[in-house]
Amino acid sequence: MIPDPATASASVGASAGASATLTVSVTLKVNGESQSVKCDTRTTLLDFIRDHLRLTGTKKGCDHGQCGACTVVVNGERINSCLSLAAMHDGDSIETIEGLAKQGKLHPMQAAFITHDGFQCGFCTSGQIMSAVALLNEHAKGQPSHVTEDISDKVIVLSDGEIRERMSGNLCRCSAYPNIVAAIRDVAARR
Amino acid sequence: MKPFQYLRAGNLEEATRSAVSSENARYIAGGTNLLDLMKLQVETPELLIDIGRLPLETIQRHEGGLRIGALVSNSAVAAHKDVRAFYPVLAKALLSGATQQLRNKATTGGNLLQRARCSYFYDIAMPCNKRQPGSGCSALGGFNRMHAILGASDTCIAVHPSDMAVALTVLDATIETINDAGVSRSIAIADFYTDPASLPDQESVLKPGELITAISLPPPPKGEQHYRKVRDRASYAFAVVSVAIAGNRVAMGGVAHKPWRAFQAEKYVADGRSAADSADAELAEAKGYGHNDFKIPLARRLLTAALDGSFLRRGRS
Repeated sequence: MIPDPATASASVGASAGASATLTVSVTLKVNGESQSVKCDTRTTLLDFIRDHLRLTGTKKGCDHGQCGACTVVVNGERINSCLSLAAMHDGDSIETIEGLAKQGKLHPMQAAFITHDGFQCGFCTSGQIMSAVALLNEHAKGQPSHVTEDISDKVIVLSDGEIRERMSGNLCRCSAYPNIVAAIRDVAARR
Repeated sequence: MKPFQYLRAGNLEEATRSAVSSENARYIAGGTNLLDLMKLQVETPELLIDIGRLPLETIQRHEGGLRIGALVSNSAVAAHKDVRAFYPVLAKALLSGATQQLRNKATTGGNLLQRARCSYFYDIAMPCNKRQPGSGCSALGGFNRMHAILGASDTCIAVHPSDMAVALTVLDATIETINDAGVSRSIAIADFYTDPASLPDQESVLKPGELITAISLPPPPKGEQHYRKVRDRASYAFAVVSVAIAGNRVAMGGVAHKPWRAFQAEKYVADGRSAADSADAELAEAKGYGHNDFKIPLARRLLTAALDGSFLRRGRS
């Protein structure tokens, strides 16, 4: 049997004060529901969501912040959950793909991805959709991007170029990009 | 990742004192670079001190300029109205780097301290003076397409990957720190990064346990601000070469172990010389290592174009 590092190595750091430990108790509010788990300090937010909470809609692609498959929304902002520790998010509110549909009804972005065929294999899709939902909020708040012509403008037109730049952290190896852009453009136009 | 102890710091004093209590402690804030390196065991801290909730998260007007807390995210800096209005070179540099997901997490202090992206630094099976001083530099005779052309030594030819730091260099930013004795100091960005020849494993002048608390920007310089970045694809890539201009200050990214202040070019421009002559002067000492030889003419052309496109063409007083 492989010893569980969480219990085998639980100790208090002598050198670093009373509260440095090899295990941590983490409480997250995930899709509105508060969940507490004790885990190894090394547990990434991604592994916490997938392996401890069994919410496997969030995918592990590269595990190095390069592909965006693990994108979740934390306290209203999208991040790569693979490049963050669960411990760093104690008390935070996390939204994952499982939390988008309400009362059995798909979120408009999920529906648009189906309408526009915005995926093929589907592995990157939950990250794409979480990113796309966050993108529309960032745009509504007037946040500029690298391709914004004049960053002093308060109103930025969400062109296809803007959508592509703002989605550049989400790779799709099936290359469904044109249809992903179409889905986002569609939802943006209906806001 | 190797096992480590985790401590959430409740205040600056706890953070800095904990940092010096361990031989191998690291601060973590965004974690976008450190955790990546820990997964590859390039970094193997025994103690992680989470400073993410210390009260260093505001941007304030300060002595005619701005004071940006060390924990303000890269996206929050780029979106801030004063940064966009008065320091557009900083907003543009930040927006040209990484992705929205990373910028939401990456912090101002962490961006300055991100480590080299040299593939040999990342590959723990290969010699690397930055990881293990004295073991040699694998990039010298290896794949060095992304490496330095200015200020390098045979000890290390990695470049500093930050776009933000290039903008901060032309804005003459100051880095504010505090140590475990509670002593603060201010370090000009020009003095912040160390020479790779003597200390390849260190990148900055920060002492053990010293913590960045804020970046101070002096009043914005008179004149235009620009950031131009050349990279291998249209988005989400490190600079092959970049140029920042603010007023009469010029700096380059992707060419050296630090943001490269183009003093020669600035002097030539001030003397009324052409953009091409100014760029030639700046790159007179440039040295390629094989795969990155193309960076020299590329840097010359980008610098010429950037200078031509800003104050030179429009005429200066």
